[in-house]
Amino acid sequence: MDKIRFLEPRADIVARREEIRTGLANVVPADCLVTDERELVPFETDAFTAYRRVPLAVVLPETTEQVAAVMKYCTDNGVPVVPRGAGTSLAGGAIPQEDAVVIGVSRMSCILEVDYENRTARVQAGVTNLRISDEVSADGFFYAPDPSSQLACTIGGNIGMNSGGAHCLKYGVTTNNLLGVTMVLQDGTVIELGGKALDAEGYDLLGLVCGSEGQLGIVTEATVRLIAKPEGARPVLFGFDSSEVAGACVADIIGAGIIPVAIEFMDKPAIDICEAFAHAGYPMDVEALLIVEVEGSEDEMDAMLSRIIAIARKHNVKRVRESQSAIEAAQIWKGRKSAFGATGRVADYICMDGTVPLGQLSHVLRETANIVEKYGLRVANVFHAGDGNMHPLILYNVNDPEEAEKAEAAGAEILKLCVDAGGCLTGEHGVGIEKRDLMLHQFTETDLNQQMAVRAAFDPGWLLNPSKVFPLDLDMRKAG
Amino acid sequence: MADREIIAPASEAEAADIIREAAASGTTLEIAGGGTKRGIGQPFEADRTLSSAALSGITEYNPAELVLTARAGTPVAEIEAALGENGQMLAFEPGDWRGLTGMDGTPTVGALAAANISGPRRISAGAARDALLGVRFVNGRGEIVKNGGKVMKNVTGLDLVKLMAGSWGTLGFLTEVSFKVLPRTGTEETLVIHGATDGEAANLMAAALGTSTEVSGAAHLPEGVAKRVGLDGGAATLLRLEGFAESIAVRLDRLRAALPGAPGTSVLDEARSRSAWKRVRDVEPFAGTGRPLWKVSVAPMAGHDVAAMVLREVQGEAFFDWQGGLVWLQLDDGNDAAPAIVREAVAKCGGGHATLVRAPEAVRASVPVFQPQPVPVAALSERVRAALDPAGIFNPGRMVWNGGRKAA
Ligand SMILES: Cc1cc2nc3c(=O)[nH]c(=O)nc-3n(C[C@H](O)[C@H](O)[C@H](O)COP(=O)(O)OP(=O)(O)OC[C@H]3O[C@@H](n4cnc5c(N)ncnc54)[C@H](O)[C@@H]3O)c2cc1C
Ligand SMILES: Cc1cc2nc3c(=O)[nH]c(=O)nc-3n(C[C@H](O)[C@H](O)[C@H](O)COP(=O)(O)OP(=O)(O)OC[C@H]3O[C@@H](n4cnc5c(N)ncnc54)[C@H](O)[C@@H]3O)c2cc1C
Repeated sequence: MDKIRFLEPRADIVARREEIRTGLANVVPADCLVTDERELVPFETDAFTAYRRVPLAVVLPETTEQVAAVMKYCTDNGVPVVPRGAGTSLAGGAIPQEDAVVIGVSRMSCILEVDYENRTARVQAGVTNLRISDEVSADGFFYAPDPSSQLACTIGGNIGMNSGGAHCLKYGVTTNNLLGVTMVLQDGTVIELGGKALDAEGYDLLGLVCGSEGQLGIVTEATVRLIAKPEGARPVLFGFDSSEVAGACVADIIGAGIIPVAIEFMDKPAIDICEAFAHAGYPMDVEALLIVEVEGSEDEMDAMLSRIIAIARKHNVKRVRESQSAIEAAQIWKGRKSAFGATGRVADYICMDGTVPLGQLSHVLRETANIVEKYGLRVANVFHAGDGNMHPLILYNVNDPEEAEKAEAAGAEILKLCVDAGGCLTGEHGVGIEKRDLMLHQFTETDLNQQMAVRAAFDPGWLLNPSKVFPLDLDMRKAG
Repeated sequence: MADREIIAPASEAEAADIIREAAASGTTLEIAGGGTKRGIGQPFEADRTLSSAALSGITEYNPAELVLTARAGTPVAEIEAALGENGQMLAFEPGDWRGLTGMDGTPTVGALAAANISGPRRISAGAARDALLGVRFVNGRGEIVKNGGKVMKNVTGLDLVKLMAGSWGTLGFLTEVSFKVLPRTGTEETLVIHGATDGEAANLMAAALGTSTEVSGAAHLPEGVAKRVGLDGGAATLLRLEGFAESIAVRLDRLRAALPGAPGTSVLDEARSRSAWKRVRDVEPFAGTGRPLWKVSVAPMAGHDVAAMVLREVQGEAFFDWQGGLVWLQLDDGNDAAPAIVREAVAKCGGGHATLVRAPEAVRASVPVFQPQPVPVAALSERVRAALDPAGIFNPGRMVWNGGRKAA
């Protein structure tokens, strides 16, 4: 399965490989530079493992100055650069190319400052997402965006992809919790955007950088917002007779003016897979599950839950399981949180990531089932229903090239379906190389040309993470 | 500001034609919604005014989806009314600045996006830019561009929506905007702490925001300002709680318990709380005068130091929103707004930015109204601007000081 095109590696760069490696060795300490062919292998792909390219070299700097020195060297020598955090991108955002230097921020993993009075933390870009919350948890704070990969993924990568998670319904995604960055531009210039003061005047370059998939610069430090932990949190499990009814219930909860912290959805295939793996005690006689979590004091949670349960009853909810203890709450979440891993044990799968307006959930679920059935495949749906971020997992056999092709085709059809329903191609995983060529389904060429013109304001030579995000033909034209 | 010929295209396509022609002939355009903020920014000249007034009306609003889409020229009042009917709101709580700017007119939703103005709930619910989900605009080439969407989560391509938010009409002519909306917060009450000094108030507000009580507004009003907001009893530090009535009562107790050593307290009931926060939001204590007014944004704990440093040098008064991080600083006439003193104080207190929101035109023409940026950031911003409006036809010079010369 090698359907996604890559740029031909530039022969002049590849020919100068040794010279470039020596040049890099002159600007960073020896232990920051990886050139050994075997040691380069871990960097040949990210979590979009179907595609691999061994980079020319990998640099793992420890300071902003080192990043700047490498960037300047690469600009001066016309060498493409691929920024990398932990490499957990599901869209191929951090996949390298043979003529590129990967700059990985994983060693820049210090928490530089925690400031409770101003409720901020300043961290290096390679700090993992979960570490921030771990660091401040004992003092009653947390960092809100919680991608499922939070144990591994870095803040740099979170900024690259504007990542979100189950609890973003209430707290927003990375861009809503990011206050500032230190960033190295392609030519080696170091700039600061934002900081502890809110809403800097001037163009919101910080907002632009967030979600730019490593195309505008390399983030080396970030200032993020800390939030006081709620007094308590409690999930409830609801089982319904059909996905459509569950979808309608989600819309009704929101429509009634209740914003829980999370509303997660699972259909029957997902329930079966997760229950077999996690033994979470999910009901097996239902077609769809919702996990609705609320926060606050005991009284507040009681009040909110009784309203939510009343709405679910109106939708003939078949099973209601309120967690009575922390252990039960953890059980309820365990099944959901292990969904990707559990699915990987029963089949190969590709994970889609489209978003749709809430009112379209039922329609899109139904059509998704039709599409997948048409290709003779199976699908498990598990996703963030509260903000309409769908994750159909299309199951197939990776060793069967025909099935693999069908899975990709079905995936593309589903994403187009999301766009046609008023949504978009990706809610949190990014475009990367994966959805690059679908971009023209959501945007016009004019829309994309405008985005590329803005990109060029940062990187006129088109050296930073080239051939990602924009359809390759448009991208090459722009890159000249 | 001189009155210019006003053109109000009735459709996006017509706007695109006008802009394409303007770009071709090198005609500059002032972009306006209701024009209530015309006096904000660097004074500049433009050949004609391009108004969104005829691009009006809510185009999509399904309350259960928490998204409202409207043409840029739709009056904010119309949006608020539609939301109100469905028990919803714009959570970023933008103020009505007409009292502050002394301008009449109909504030429009496009300008809400273009000016990125957020009120007291900014600290808990995010800014206008956080709520702005999607835009349609005409760029300086006369091309119609869309970006973002009408869903809560979207990482499809570069986020130009954020760029448009706060661009003050210098990057493109917005034709349609989509905002995330939220259910109204139920009722509200405000805990008032009486008599704290500015410094004590900063500590109290930080302690309050460090609790799990979900404070949705934290402001400090020194004595003179508190009086004008209708609060007697000396300086007032306001901590707002919103939600179900039962839960507010519980949280109020917890909040009090978390603030040991606080001077006397009282509680504003719903009606008084709403009225106090509206006045804070609209900067009412400093409305109705023509005196120089600065909007200063710094780290919350630095706000009172900035104010003290400035007010030691020049006469004036201040009050604080956003847990102390937003300082409204009104200076007395006769010192030309003291930009050097204000900006030096900001720099000494850990950095941030100071915007001269109000001052006589001559004063605004002679100083950088927006916080000057470091050279590389300014250069980058200029390249970004050129990527959207290469001929420089939109609001030329509104955001960038050109050294006191008026644009040609
Ligand atoms: C099992 C699993 C579950 C996941 N669940 C979620 C989820 O719930 N929500 C979600 O949003 N995502 C999820 N993801 C996707 C992925 O984890 C996120 O996109 C994450 O933010 C990537 O972080 P990373 O450090 O691994 O970055 P990488 O994968 O290394 O890079 C991601 C992108 O950011 C760029 N980048 C990396 N570092 C920097 C930097 N310092 N400066 C500038 N650009 C940089 C890269 O070039 C690339 O384009 C999941 C992935 C897996 C494997
Ligand atoms: C009764 C009432 C109550 C109010 N209370 C609230 C409230 O509670 N909530 C609320 O949301 N707001 C409220 N406001 C007002 C609001 O905060 C602003 O004053 C208003 O949005 C300013 O709009 P304007 O059209 O007058 O701005 P203008 O002065 O016309 O424009 C301001 C800036 O935006 C730019 N701009 C304007 N239109 C465009 C466009 N189409 N494309 C690009 N740039 C553009 C201009 O160039 C300028 O730089 C209220 C207003 C009213 C009438």
